[in-house]
Amino acid sequence: MNELIYFFNYVVVAGSVTGCIYAMGAIGVTLIYSILRFAHFAHADMMTLGAFVVLLLTLAFPHAGDALGLPTAIVMLPLAMIFTSLVAVGIDRVFYQPLRAHGVKPIVMVIASLGVTLMLQGLIRLFSGTGAESLYVEARKAIFRIELPGVTRPIIITEPQVILFVVTLVAVIGLHLFLTRARLGKAMRAMSDNPDLARASGINTKLIITLTWIIAGSLATLAGTLLSLDVAFKPDLSFFLLLPIFAAAIVGGVGHPYGAIAGGFLVGFAETLAVFNWSVLLRPLRDSLPSWLELPNNLALVGTEYKIVVPFFILIAVLIWRPTGLFKGKVI
Amino acid sequence: MNPSTQQTPSQRPFPRREILLFGGLALVVLAVFASMGPAYATRMMVEAACYAILALGLTIQWGYAGQFNAGIMGFVALGGFSATFFSIPVNHAFWASDLPGRLGWVLLAIVAAVALVLAVSRIDRLGVPRWLRTLITVIVALIAYLVVISWLRSVTGDIESQVEFIGGLGLPVWLGWIVGGVLAGGIGYVIGHICLGLRSDYLVIATLGIAEIIKAFLKNSDWLTRGTATISPLPWPVPDPGEVGFVTARALYFCVTAVLIAVIFFLLHRAYHAPWGRMIRAIRDNEVSAAAMGKSINRRRQEIFVFGCILMGLGGAVLTSFTGIFDPQGYLPLNHTFLVLVMVILGGPGNNLGTLFGAVLVYVIWIMSGPLALALMHLVTALGGDWFGWQPGNLDSRALQARVFVIGLLILLVLRFAPRGMIPERVAQHD
Repeated sequence: MNELIYFFNYVVVAGSVTGCIYAMGAIGVTLIYSILRFAHFAHADMMTLGAFVVLLLTLAFPHAGDALGLPTAIVMLPLAMIFTSLVAVGIDRVFYQPLRAHGVKPIVMVIASLGVTLMLQGLIRLFSGTGAESLYVEARKAIFRIELPGVTRPIIITEPQVILFVVTLVAVIGLHLFLTRARLGKAMRAMSDNPDLARASGINTKLIITLTWIIAGSLATLAGTLLSLDVAFKPDLSFFLLLPIFAAAIVGGVGHPYGAIAGGFLVGFAETLAVFNWSVLLRPLRDSLPSWLELPNNLALVGTEYKIVVPFFILIAVLIWRPTGLFKGKVI
Repeated sequence: MNPSTQQTPSQRPFPRREILLFGGLALVVLAVFASMGPAYATRMMVEAACYAILALGLTIQWGYAGQFNAGIMGFVALGGFSATFFSIPVNHAFWASDLPGRLGWVLLAIVAAVALVLAVSRIDRLGVPRWLRTLITVIVALIAYLVVISWLRSVTGDIESQVEFIGGLGLPVWLGWIVGGVLAGGIGYVIGHICLGLRSDYLVIATLGIAEIIKAFLKNSDWLTRGTATISPLPWPVPDPGEVGFVTARALYFCVTAVLIAVIFFLLHRAYHAPWGRMIRAIRDNEVSAAAMGKSINRRRQEIFVFGCILMGLGGAVLTSFTGIFDPQGYLPLNHTFLVLVMVILGGPGNNLGTLFGAVLVYVIWIMSGPLALALMHLVTALGGDWFGWQPGNLDSRALQARVFVIGLLILLVLRFAPRGMIPERVAQHD
């Protein structure tokens, strides 16, 4: 049983955590793609920016969360979401909109978003330095240990992980209700299906674009902050997020929010399973194995240093066999 | 980004803009020679020349064909590794032991495993249902992978503990440069084969990913590259500074790169004005009508992507040999991907002369901006300390981050205000 608990702690929990983060990032990427028709490479840096704003706010008011019994970073989330959304809308107005008005090819927009990536990275590192910092400024991370009868090893889950699961659930359900029930949400889907028709039928496309950036910015802040809360804030967070997020969006089918969620979890679990050392699970069987079959100590598919390879190969596999993604999205 | 709409007169006008811009650039370079001394300036010029090769690689991908490669760093690192592996001295301790034999057996086992998996993936021709074939193939591939990888881990572990790393081949360095180009072209072929039929965004993602993977591989394969321990010094194809002094040695190296650039430039010029070049431009500007004219779009795209990657591998090899140290961690997306991008879009995508101009100009600015950024940073912190009590540490690394910001801003400004670069592409009209 101990081995199963180990598996649960290191695969099910860890995989869900990465899955939630990737899913929220991929929803943003996929929404921006379906409204604006380009792959927004600065998205991972918007996540970093959101987390960085939360870090600054937490440093400024370290005890703001005590009254509510939540980590201060969570209390500061709404403010940071507003700020990041404003920055996202501002970036769109200053940099993307003129290019759109010129009618450039989508690939030029992609290059522009790479430029934005560099600007955001430069700014964040200029102010934060390059080291890692914990979002728990003057508090400690609560760790829950759930003891099961008959097992020595407890199930371990931390406070930020619980918050992450709750927030992801709320965000996904909220987004679903928004897209299917609200007038603006329906307008957004209409614009994603056919922008010209949407414009002709009187939908305010400018408003929809602004709204898209607000949603994407808020989700990016949520994902970035919760990830930093779980581990630590690193200015180079975006490097490790960019490829998995795009892999998730493409696996799920580009322009398909529900597909993005599925893709996020798929990529998250694939990463975790690939670096998991399977020989741990086989250890109880060791005594009953025939003598010629010796178990190696390391049965992980790839070493942790090659984690980045996993989303890449998922991406390649999907591009070869099913370029539309699992949920029949658009082909970029 | 639609150069063909520009009306150029049929006879070539006097190239006033080119002469003015290159004259100004020459003055800037002379100023660097005067202020920083010839040793520094020749080093800068050699590096700028290496970057010019990279930029020519990108200009044929992005400028000629509209494919954007965001993984130049990976091809540079691959070329650098090849130059290193071919040129550094042989590690006799490795070849004297039984390790080469064991490594050879593992490599054979890898080939055998690949052959086995390929064979198993064909058993549907013997009447096995397709779903069962897929299942069997996946299981066989997984087992073969795990077996081979555990053998490889044990051999490489022994190599690292007994002889540190496998060493080089001790061959002339230019052989490594050529192989570097070939390796990069091979990777480019695979990537292009998968992505070029789809919209170009996929190519950006895939190249970005492959670059990080190549870097991760080179960084973590200590048995092959010594990883973070780095390899130095790398031999030069010309007498090195110890024999003839810094300035002469670097000037000789510059001659080598200049010859390389001249050859590449001539070949590209001929290709661009040949029917092949017109076909490439036709595909870029109007894919549908090019396809209607019976042009094989994907094959042409594949060609141009592979050519670009070969140039990047070659440029990376030349650059790494010159730097004299192979450090996988030293390959950064900023220095080796985005800097090249700025060179190309600022100079003029699709115009070889413009690309050369952009490469030298941007590299001079980049090199000189280091001290400038540091001075600016000191000023800002002095003011910030006085006004807000802001006292950040390690100024040097922060000053580097300011350059990241500037490069990003530069990309956006060029795209917005000069989308065709300083020396725009000039399409000859044949009336």
